Amino acid sequence: MIRQINRVTAGLIFLLIALIINISYIQVFQAKSLRSQGGNQRGLLAEYTRQRGPILVGSQSLAESVATKDSLTYLRKYAQGTDFAAVTGYYSLVYGATGIEARENDVLAGNDSRFFVDRLQQLIANRKPKGGAVRLTLNAAAQTAAMNGLAGRTGAVVAINASTGEILALASSPSFDPNLLSSHDPASIKKTYDALTADPKEPMLNRPLALTLPPGSTFKLITAAAALESGKYTMNSVIPAPASIPLPGSNKTLGNWNHKSCGPGDKTTLKHALAISCNTAFALLGMKLGEQALYDESKKFGFESSFDTPLISATSHFPTGLDQAQIAMSAIGQFDVRATTLQMALVAAGIANDGIVMKPYLVSQVMAPNLTVLQNSVPQAFGRVMTTDNAQALQKMMVDVVNTGTGSNGRISGVVVGGKTGTAENSPGEAAHAWFVAFAQTANGPIAVAVMLQHGGGATEVSGNGLAAPIANAVLRAAMKQ
Amino acid sequence: MSEVLRKYTVSTRRSAELALLIGAWLLGVFAWILVDAATSTTTAGGWVSLIGSGVILLMAHGVVRRYTPYADPILLPAVATLNLLGLAMIHRLDAANAARALANGTKVPTPDVYFQVAWMFIGLILFMGVLIVVNDHRRLQRFTYTSGVLGIVMLFLPLLPGIGYEVNGAKLWISVAGFTFQPGELAKILLTVFFAGFLVTRRHTLALVQSKFLGVGFPRIKDAGPLVVMWLFALMVLVLERDLGTSLLIFGIFIVLLYVATGRRSWVIIGSLLLMVGAVAAYKMFGHVRIRFDVWLHPFADAQGTGFQIVQSLYGFANGGLFGTGWGQGYPQLVPFAKTDFITSALGEELGLVGLTAILLMYAIIVERGARASVATRDPFGNLLAIGLTAALGLQTFIVVGGVTKLIPLTGLTTPFLSYGGSSLVANYILIALLIRISNAARSPEHDQSAELVSEVNA
Repeated sequence: MIRQINRVTAGLIFLLIALIINISYIQVFQAKSLRSQGGNQRGLLAEYTRQRGPILVGSQSLAESVATKDSLTYLRKYAQGTDFAAVTGYYSLVYGATGIEARENDVLAGNDSRFFVDRLQQLIANRKPKGGAVRLTLNAAAQTAAMNGLAGRTGAVVAINASTGEILALASSPSFDPNLLSSHDPASIKKTYDALTADPKEPMLNRPLALTLPPGSTFKLITAAAALESGKYTMNSVIPAPASIPLPGSNKTLGNWNHKSCGPGDKTTLKHALAISCNTAFALLGMKLGEQALYDESKKFGFESSFDTPLISATSHFPTGLDQAQIAMSAIGQFDVRATTLQMALVAAGIANDGIVMKPYLVSQVMAPNLTVLQNSVPQAFGRVMTTDNAQALQKMMVDVVNTGTGSNGRISGVVVGGKTGTAENSPGEAAHAWFVAFAQTANGPIAVAVMLQHGGGATEVSGNGLAAPIANAVLRAAMKQ
Repeated sequence: MSEVLRKYTVSTRRSAELALLIGAWLLGVFAWILVDAATSTTTAGGWVSLIGSGVILLMAHGVVRRYTPYADPILLPAVATLNLLGLAMIHRLDAANAARALANGTKVPTPDVYFQVAWMFIGLILFMGVLIVVNDHRRLQRFTYTSGVLGIVMLFLPLLPGIGYEVNGAKLWISVAGFTFQPGELAKILLTVFFAGFLVTRRHTLALVQSKFLGVGFPRIKDAGPLVVMWLFALMVLVLERDLGTSLLIFGIFIVLLYVATGRRSWVIIGSLLLMVGAVAAYKMFGHVRIRFDVWLHPFADAQGTGFQIVQSLYGFANGGLFGTGWGQGYPQLVPFAKTDFITSALGEELGLVGLTAILLMYAIIVERGARASVATRDPFGNLLAIGLTAALGLQTFIVVGGVTKLIPLTGLTTPFLSYGGSSLVANYILIALLIRISNAARSPEHDQSAELVSEVNA
């Protein structure tokens, strides 16, 4: 009997050891994947008990955590939430975080490895851990001007400091109130979220970064840049510009919006062709330059790249494998050319910055919980798109667009403003997208802006000027005041 | 007088028990203080509970000293440690409930820990009662069949209309005059007494070998009667009360005792086969068994529904990691039934792998001390009863902790001494009292010659 008792005891001890081994496996090896399981509230709850750091613009805070009496300890509050939602995103108990809240979560939640020393001090002093702060490059006045301009319409605005790449405005309309998604009431969060996702106007879509659309005539800037860079053209080169041209390989024709030729003898200068946005001139120019030249030039401006601002932008595309007719259409920003609003702002910025595109960015400073600066962002070049001379020539051409051409609404008295209008044709029956890209030379360097109005106006070329240019104008004025 | 003195100073180890008991109490107090510090709870009733639990443990120690002077000195401090850690965790979960009630503006519920302290008092009073009344464990053999009948009555009491009621789909509870009780916990002890008494008289017959297969001797078919009856009985518990845990536990205790009594491995093999047949049949026939099994295999398939409990439990363990979040600093309240079935998950989250391993080793120590008492006892009934009670405790721990850690399907039993629940605590204190009584006989220097006789006469 003794032997059996010993065996039973060994068996029971074995079972207990099996428990210990299994628990070791769960708590050590499986722990990481279990912690990151969607639906595991614990990480989020731990974050809520810490005071999350603010998102700042200048000295003003866009998002901050305020103490509450409920179990989640801190409530995220967004001042002017709707105006800045495309940048801040939301911080939701139910749906996680988006925007800067998501991309800079390590800093805001205080998990960033750069906080090591700070965390150590907190531990020793037995202070409650806090998150760090993020300061944005945005210009609050420019952002507000952009949102006011877009009010009631569907569209996007991006403004950039062309010499640094700092994003001054990143606006999307219609927008949403992140406060409603960041409350502590799951039922109301779900209700709001469901209503927002069901809205056909897609208020939670980040239009300036996520939406790619045909850029229409604003793409003529790239075609012009490619022409200047080829060395075969100057802004005064005379190029053919008839009222309409046959599209090779089809029985269709491409005409100008007013059904007239762009100059006497069906010819005009490159400069004038841009000023009046002559379709036939740029289509013929594109076919002469060829697919490769247009593709290469667009790529230099940032097409085929995704930008990490740290909000990730969608990639703009110039199509490849084109026939002559498709090249003609692509050269004027139609066919399968697709660009984000950010990308078109970078086109204006590259030209205005004498040929160098700067990497766009949104975060200017990362600060520790005690608000000492841990990191200042340093401007970085994305690349040279054209020579300084060619860039300055193109700047003059854009100024002509505003002063004598289609972009008259871009004018600001006493300031050199260059621009380019665009109307992107859609499938028949759908309203076209209205575009306006522009730059203004200011005392602090050039500022570039792109305005996109989705299905924004009529089918005429002036709509870019009529609808989008006034918004660009207001944003530039606001940005210049500082 | 000098004879008495020699006994106390040389071999009783009662002072060691007292020292360990004080250590266990201080550990409990320390845990309680940490909970209060982390959850900013006021401890108005806290110190009353702590000092009360210390006083009653001291009284229990006094009774052990007086009535079972040679008893194992580890058993009482070990279970007291678990009991006090359980109190601290229940207190911690009370604090979470209070915080939630405050946030929602609802009434703060009466802390469960006060009820648990009251049950601890009742449990330890019965513990002392058993030590005083049962002055010789061999007397229990006389009540073999009485225990058997009582055990079966207890087990099926919840089926009686009027007093029995259902909690979460299982009919384990009775309610009399506002008091609720889980009679299955007491049935576990009564049936162990019955198995020990029954098998001690039948062990020679049941050990007879008829045929050999693969080198293992198999018993005669007609001797399989008791095992088959027990098997059907366990199935009845499963079918009628939907209580997978108790069913498994009682059948497990019986197989262990059958093996120890007869020395035949064949009984374990036959028992295991019957268990498998029962398990497969239950899986095919009952939806609730099927759900438990499927959830065990794929808990994340329905993490918000049927898999919710086990998934939340695993999240708790993961959050604890190696060292735990510390008392009061995790989220054990997110796991359903954190105070009862899932208290291991709560402890795993806040004390980590390190703390939980220490707790499981505490069970290992109790099992080892119980087995030691069993081996050292001089009568076969005592051998069987001690190992049966030890196996009851060990198997129950394995079934419930294995369930909440996804090692085996979740069955729903209380974790001995840790879980919130009066019946479980009271029953387990009675169980430990019996083990202490047997260990006293085992370690006593006076060798009682009549020990062997009693069981032989009954045979």
